[in-house]
Amino acid sequence: MRLILFFLPLLLLPVFLNDFWLSQIATRALILGIIALSLSFLATYLGVVSFAQSALAGVAGYTIAYYGVNAVGIGVVLPYWVSIPLAIFLATLCGGLIGLIARRSRGIYAIMITLAIGVAFFYFTRQNYTVFNGWTGFSGVSAPVIRETSLREPVPLFLVSWLAAVIMMALVSLFVRSPMGLSIQAVRDAPARVMALGISVTTPIVVAFAFSGFVAGTGGILNVWFQERISSYSVGLGPIIDILIISVIGGLRYPSGAFLGAIVFVLLDTFAADLIDRERFNLLIGSVLLLIVIAAPEGLQQLVMDGVEKLRQPKKSTRSST
Amino acid sequence: MTFFLIVTLNGLTLAALYFLAASGFSLIFGLMRTVNMAHGALLLLGGYVGFSVSDMFGSWGLGILAGGFAAALAGAIVQAGVLGWMQGDELRQTLASIAISIIMADLMLWYWGGITYQLELPEILQGGRRLPWLGVGYANIRLALIGFALVTGLALWLLIQRTRIGAIIRAGVDDPDMLRAMGYPIGRIFILVFALGGMLAGMAGVITASALSIAPGTDLQFLLSSLIVVIVGGMGSVGGAALGAILVGLAEQYGLAYAPTYGVVFTFAIMVLVLAVRPQGLLGRAER
Repeated sequence: MRLILFFLPLLLLPVFLNDFWLSQIATRALILGIIALSLSFLATYLGVVSFAQSALAGVAGYTIAYYGVNAVGIGVVLPYWVSIPLAIFLATLCGGLIGLIARRSRGIYAIMITLAIGVAFFYFTRQNYTVFNGWTGFSGVSAPVIRETSLREPVPLFLVSWLAAVIMMALVSLFVRSPMGLSIQAVRDAPARVMALGISVTTPIVVAFAFSGFVAGTGGILNVWFQERISSYSVGLGPIIDILIISVIGGLRYPSGAFLGAIVFVLLDTFAADLIDRERFNLLIGSVLLLIVIAAPEGLQQLVMDGVEKLRQPKKSTRSST
Repeated sequence: MTFFLIVTLNGLTLAALYFLAASGFSLIFGLMRTVNMAHGALLLLGGYVGFSVSDMFGSWGLGILAGGFAAALAGAIVQAGVLGWMQGDELRQTLASIAISIIMADLMLWYWGGITYQLELPEILQGGRRLPWLGVGYANIRLALIGFALVTGLALWLLIQRTRIGAIIRAGVDDPDMLRAMGYPIGRIFILVFALGGMLAGMAGVITASALSIAPGTDLQFLLSSLIVVIVGGMGSVGGAALGAILVGLAEQYGLAYAPTYGVVFTFAIMVLVLAVRPQGLLGRAER
C-alpha cells in the first residue's frame, strides 16, 4: 500500500505542470516506466534479463497502428474496444512464445537469445511492407476519442498512463503472491528442486514471459498513442538499450525502480542538450550506465532505500522490511 | 543449378566473414564466461583504424595489422580497466560491456563521422576471375575471404591445441579455480585472451571494410551475427563457431535468393530450432 502513497501525489501534477512538462516528462516517464517494469519484473522474479521487451511493446503498438486510423493507409480500421484487447492479447501471446523459445536458457544465455529475438524483430519490421510497412512504418496514428476529447491531449493521456502504471504495479505485486507467482520465484531459485517436486518448469517460465508481454504491451499501446507513430526505429537497438538502461538505473531487483529509472532517463534525455552537445547523448547515457554498473549495481532504488535506512537508524532500531 | 551453386558460394563467403567475426567472441566467452557485447564495437574500431592507416600509408597489409592491433589494445583496456573487476558477475559484465559499446560507438561516430568507408584492395585481390565449371565471374576478395577464414581457423586451432599458452587457456576453460591455485596469473591470462579476441575482431573489421564496407551500425550487425553464430554452434568452441557461421551464412544467402523479404527469418528459425533441440549449441558442452 506504500505504492499508493508514492503514486497518489502524482495525480496533482496536471495542476502544477505546464503541457510540456506534463507530456514530455511526466507522461513519457510513466510510459517508459511501464515498459521497463515488464523487464524489471522478469529480472526480479524469474531472474532473467530480457532484451525482447521493446519488441513486445512494439507488437502491441503495431497492432494499434494496423487496426486503427493511420496516415499511411495500411491495415483495417477496427473499433478501439476490439483493437486494444487484441493488441494486449498479441503482446501477451508473443511474450509466451519468447518464453517458450528461451525456456531452457538462463543467465547470459537468456540475454543473448532475447537480444537476438529483439534485433531480429527489428530487421523483420524493416523488411516487411505488407504488415509493418517497412522502414517508414506508420505515422498519424490517433488515440481514441471519447466524448470529443482525444486521449492524446496532455491531461487525459497523463491520467490514463498514471492509471495504467498503478494497475500494472498492483498486478505485479498481486501476481507474485499468487501460486503461479510463487512457482516462478521457485524456478528462479532452484529449478532442479521444482522439477523434483513434479512441477513443470516450462509453465512458470512461459507464464512469466507472457505476463511481462502483457505489461510491455500495455506500455506499447500508450507509447504509440503518445508518439502518434511507430516504425522499425521504435523497436531497434536504441529503444532496447533505453529500456535496459531505465531498469538498470532504477535497479534490476526492484520492479518499482523502473519508474525511478524512467524519470531520471527522461530528464537526462530532455535536458542533455543543455549539458553537452545534443549529438553526444549516447556518450552521456553510456557513461551513466557504466557509472551505475560500476558504482551502484543495485540501482538508484537501492541507494534511496539505503539513504532512508540511514536516516531512520538513529531513531528506530527495528529494521523495516521492504 | 548454376544459380544455386552461386548462392551457395555466396553463403560460404559470408560464412567466412561471420566466422572471422565470431571466433574472437567465442574465444572470450569460452574462457571467461564473459558475453562481450562490445565485440561489434571492437570490430568497427579495427575497421576504421585499418582504413585510416592503409589510407595514410597506402598499404593494405599494414591496415590489417593496425586494425588488429588497435582492437587488441582496446580489448585489453576494456578487460583490465572495467570487466576484470567484475569477474564472476556475468550479468554485471554484460551490462558494463553494453555501456562500453555505446560509448565506443558514439566516440567513433564523433571521430570518423557517419559516412561509409571502403578499403582499397591490393592489386592481387582486385577484380574478379572466371570460375571453372560454373563459367561465371566472381570477385577475388570474396574467394580470398574463405582463405582468410581457413587460415585464421587453423591458426587458432594450432594455438589452442598445440602451444603452451593454448594449454593454459584450455585448462582455464575447464577449471579456472585450479589454474589459479597452481599459481598461474589468471588475471593476466584473461587480459591476454581478451586482447587476442579483440585482435581477431579488429582484423575481421578491416576485412569487412575491404570486402563490403563499414559504417555506424556495422557494429550491431556483426554483434548480432556473432551472437547467433555462437548460439547455434555452441559457446566457446572454434569448431562450433565455424559450423554456426556456415549454417547462418548459407541460410541468409538462400533466404535472400529465394525469399528476399524474409532472409532474417531463416536465420532466426535455425536459432530457434537449435535451441529447442540442443540449448548449449550444436558443438557446445552442457553447462556445468
